[in-house]
Amino acid sequence: MQSFDLGKEGLRALNSALHALKGQTNMTAWEVVNPKGAHAIAAGVDAPVDITVRGSTGYYCAGMNKQATIRIKGSAGPGVAENMMSGTVIIDGDASQYAGATGCGGLLVIKGNASSRCGISMKGIDIVVHGNIGHMSAFMAQSGNLVVLGNAGEALGDSLYEARLFVRGSVKSLGADCIEKEMRPEHYAILEDLLRRGEAEGKAKPEEFRRYGSARKLYNFNIDNASAY
Amino acid sequence: MSDFPHTPPRFSATFTPAVNAEIRRAAASGIYDIRGGGTKRHLPHFDDLLFLGASISRYPLEGYREKCATDVWLGTRHAKKPIHLDIPITIAGMSFGSLSGPAKEALGRGATIAGTSTTTGDGGMTEEERGHSKKLVYQYLPSRYGMNPDDLRRADAIEVVVGQGAKPGGGGMLLGQKISDRVAQMRNLPKGIDQRSACRHPDWTGPDDLEIKIHEIREITDWEKPIYVKIGGARPYYDTALAVKAGADVVVLDGMQGGTAATQDVFIEHVGMPILACIPLAVKALQDLGMHRKVQLIVSGGIRSGADVAKALALGADAASIGTAALVALGDNDPKWEEEYQKLGATADAYDDWHEGKDPAGITTQDPELYKRFDPILGGRRLANYLKVMTLEAQTIARACGKNHLHNLEPEDLCSLTIEAAAMAGVPIAGTNWIPGRTGF
Repeated sequence: MQSFDLGKEGLRALNSALHALKGQTNMTAWEVVNPKGAHAIAAGVDAPVDITVRGSTGYYCAGMNKQATIRIKGSAGPGVAENMMSGTVIIDGDASQYAGATGCGGLLVIKGNASSRCGISMKGIDIVVHGNIGHMSAFMAQSGNLVVLGNAGEALGDSLYEARLFVRGSVKSLGADCIEKEMRPEHYAILEDLLRRGEAEGKAKPEEFRRYGSARKLYNFNIDNASAY
Repeated sequence: MSDFPHTPPRFSATFTPAVNAEIRRAAASGIYDIRGGGTKRHLPHFDDLLFLGASISRYPLEGYREKCATDVWLGTRHAKKPIHLDIPITIAGMSFGSLSGPAKEALGRGATIAGTSTTTGDGGMTEEERGHSKKLVYQYLPSRYGMNPDDLRRADAIEVVVGQGAKPGGGGMLLGQKISDRVAQMRNLPKGIDQRSACRHPDWTGPDDLEIKIHEIREITDWEKPIYVKIGGARPYYDTALAVKAGADVVVLDGMQGGTAATQDVFIEHVGMPILACIPLAVKALQDLGMHRKVQLIVSGGIRSGADVAKALALGADAASIGTAALVALGDNDPKWEEEYQKLGATADAYDDWHEGKDPAGITTQDPELYKRFDPILGGRRLANYLKVMTLEAQTIARACGKNHLHNLEPEDLCSLTIEAAAMAGVPIAGTNWIPGRTGF
């Protein structure tokens, strides 16, 4: 286990060391102590390593992550795991705005609540939120799965494309072009897998969720839809 | 019937035939006019400025004998690897999607021959572009189409796009006709749908967040890459100052003459400021912060010739950038396709329906039958020729003003032909020392 004291050694030294792991490493377990809400912790990692951050993080922790498994033993600031490509990010606490924004792959697990715009513009990432999510979540979401064990705020899935949204609790309101859709066998299978990998297996069952997705009515411009814009 | 002469028909200056035609078109179609390119209205521009040239009080340099350097460093503020260009003219961001793959290749080829950089766009980085561009700037846009850390690291610089001159405050637009299989795959969208890019970034809001975002990009790229911030010409004094405060190495400022792949005509024609009015405000912001020449300024929007470049630099820019002019150099709007332009209801030099993907020149299209007409090697050569001509033109003017580097041109080398241009550019009207708004009149 490599232990890194962020308070003493600084962010640049941490990220530099983590980036140097690309393509060659037997140092697969890392621990970051004294994060103290610093921004961009473990941003841009591209190696199959396990990183545990002992405390809360600032903006963009695990930004653009590839391959790494990053555990945050606290809460995460805005944009956690933004544009993640692959790997796993697990947050024990809550996540601020834009969690998983534009993520292209991998799995983001938030064991607390997520704030507004969770999964905004997601492009293939899977996100599992054990608690609730805030307003405008999955805005313009393109693909991937967003699983919410709690409730969703206003304007869920506004202007979304092909992402799948699964919510167990209530949805305050749906955004433009977002509708409830039928749960089919493949959706139960997706949920079963994501609940297991999202460390929520005992907390919820696939049949408790409802699915939301795009009505696809805004995909091509039609003047009679102008009031929706 | 009176014997008096009949009042001849008189067209309204308000309801012109063109205005009426647009009203009829809107009434019939129910959709606003969408088109490519920049504003077509008449604006105060570089044509309204003249160089004074050397005389007794200033000595000129000998043409073809005495050196007039043209190189420029970009990104010297924070980047470990700033960019050094041979000429202060760059190729502006234009997306793969709006342009064909061969057109992007040609931009890379031409820029590389001429010793300058080209820029990706709202569609990610293509192999043909990276492979043929010695210096490639990777745009970081609200849509984040195709964004990934590997491309971020193989770019030579990163341009965080906040806005563009054709539509400050607006997002991108690529209509379904141009969403081919390849474009759809790169953007992670269904084929054939209208694609509207967001106008705001998904994971930051405001200048304080921008600073943190730039910091993250620097961390991901190990502080190697110059980071540009591109703004549309709306409030250039404050936007430039905020970009500098957020940590930009370079500010890219695009006036309303700057082109777009597709946007509402009403947006192109009625939002933003001409580049002539933008440059002095941005330079003032840099000077007030003590950052002029430390944070470099690239300006764009209606740059057509070496004279335009020289005037932009004299007003304080470090480099100028071209988009529309580069496409024309490649062969866009060439009269040799006139017959086909006519079939599309247009004419050469006025064709702007780039969003339809039917470009006879094979540049603004994703139709293989059309883009195979375009030869990227020849196109690259034409662009390189044009860039070299522009550079020679700018050198010619600089030598005449006694300058041994293009960056030594200064506002004192200029005079203005009109009150408007004088007020915007901050240079006196020819034959006077009057700068409207500044000298007490």
